[in-house]
Amino acid sequence: MGVGIEVQQLNAWFGKNQALHDVSMKVTPNQATAVIGPSGCGKSTFVRCLNRMHETLPETRVEGKVKIGDQEIYGTGTSAVQIRRRIGMVFQKPNPFPTMSIYDNVAAGLKLNGFRDRQKLNEIVERSLRHAALWDEVKDDLKKKSGASLSGGQQQRLCIARALAVEPQVMLMDEPASALDPISTGKIEELIFQLKEHYTIVIVTHNMQQAARVAEYTGFFLLGKLIEFDKTEKIFTTPSDKRTEDYITGRFG
Amino acid sequence: MRNKGTALHSAEMMIPRVGGFRRVKDHLATFLAVGAVILVLTPLVAIFVYLLYKGVGSLNWAFLTQTPKPVGEAGGGMANAIVGSTLILLIASAMGVPVGIGAGIYLAEYGQGRFGKAIRFTADVLNGVPSIVIGIVAYSIVVLRQKHFSALAGGVALAIMMVPTIARTTEEMLLLVPQSVREAAQGLGISRWRTTISITLRTATSGIITGVMLAFARVAGETAPLLFTAFGNQFWNFNLNQPTAALPLQIFVYAISPFDEWHRQAWAGALILIILIVSSVAALRVVSSRGMMKGAS
Repeated sequence: MGVGIEVQQLNAWFGKNQALHDVSMKVTPNQATAVIGPSGCGKSTFVRCLNRMHETLPETRVEGKVKIGDQEIYGTGTSAVQIRRRIGMVFQKPNPFPTMSIYDNVAAGLKLNGFRDRQKLNEIVERSLRHAALWDEVKDDLKKKSGASLSGGQQQRLCIARALAVEPQVMLMDEPASALDPISTGKIEELIFQLKEHYTIVIVTHNMQQAARVAEYTGFFLLGKLIEFDKTEKIFTTPSDKRTEDYITGRFG
Repeated sequence: MRNKGTALHSAEMMIPRVGGFRRVKDHLATFLAVGAVILVLTPLVAIFVYLLYKGVGSLNWAFLTQTPKPVGEAGGGMANAIVGSTLILLIASAMGVPVGIGAGIYLAEYGQGRFGKAIRFTADVLNGVPSIVIGIVAYSIVVLRQKHFSALAGGVALAIMMVPTIARTTEEMLLLVPQSVREAAQGLGISRWRTTISITLRTATSGIITGVMLAFARVAGETAPLLFTAFGNQFWNFNLNQPTAALPLQIFVYAISPFDEWHRQAWAGALILIILIVSSVAALRVVSSRGMMKGAS
């Protein structure tokens, strides 16, 4: 089951550049929350702070509180590696492990963390690929083909399956469909609907229609600040902030 | 039909005809490129053909299985040198490859600071140090201490020569692995060292193997660093602490000798050396490509 996320006064920096200013947000469990805003507004940085990926880049810094379920992820003594096992992430560009087979790609998260039960692993790989709606397309060459030999849309679903295999409670998606054609995009969106049953989803998107289609809640970012956060319907019909309205009606950004 | 015809016609109009001069330039560029390839390959082929011509006559079963005969006696071979070279190269690889790859990993994954820069500079300088100097280093740190020449000392000298090449190619190959692949692994909750070993290193394997092969092939033919480390030996020796024969050494000694028989054997030895290097490089390629996935980049 998914868990909620509570963000309080989150600030993030790249060197001396502050990318996020006092962002607070409550993400509801088992629903999709969309993060929209113009390029460079801090959407990706925000999402990367939720699984402590921001700190993997050189000269970065984070301040503030993020609670995933009951766990304070920036608390003292919490390990970033442990946190990331609970929070799956899908990136903008599909990034399967190029020299691994389809099977090994999906199993990587478990295998490399010491999971050895072969039979269980087979089950998990199949289940994850089914959840990611990729099973039927790849079941015959799981171990024969490399992850890199699939099409772009298939690669992205493979990456989703890979993230699902470690059974996270939250899925972060950083523009998961922006490099894909409309048909693959449709498949990913359909997938998001199904995934909501089991996971809490935070999705960054450039595409406002996509946000409206898949998300219950939407947050609008501008220049590192969360301008408005509300039910998606409200954001797209009667936004309370002028800047949100300007953005969704296409007046800037 | 008519429509099609006009469409074709207008399409033809769109593409300007390639003028004679452009065509000449095109042919000229192709000609130069092919010429360069031939220029590069000619010495290689010439050397191999000449070696075959000179060496194959003295190549026989005895040459591969017997130790050298004293001057004046016909026959004999370089079996001890073939085995000795193999031993020395195994020692060198066992020491040089892990150290080189380890250093390369450090440089690529952690070596952004000043220390990394210093190591990079040192490696590049070491790469340019004449091999005879490396031999003297191995002589003073191994031979002087042990008080005798040995296969071990030869191995150390060659290992020192392998390390910088392997370290720098490993670094470059690891840096070619896209950052997104590392991020994918870290996003899965895989620790950094695990990511490096099982994901990044694995993705770069074929490039790293190329680097290892280059280093191996380079030191396999080295003579100077072995002169006062492995020293050479006319008899069988399997003790790593004793003076050991090596093919390049044996070739050197035979080539500068005044005896025709030894000259012929030196040619055969050179041929064997080349064959050994080429076949071990090819074998490594085959073995390493077996584990690779189809369609992998």
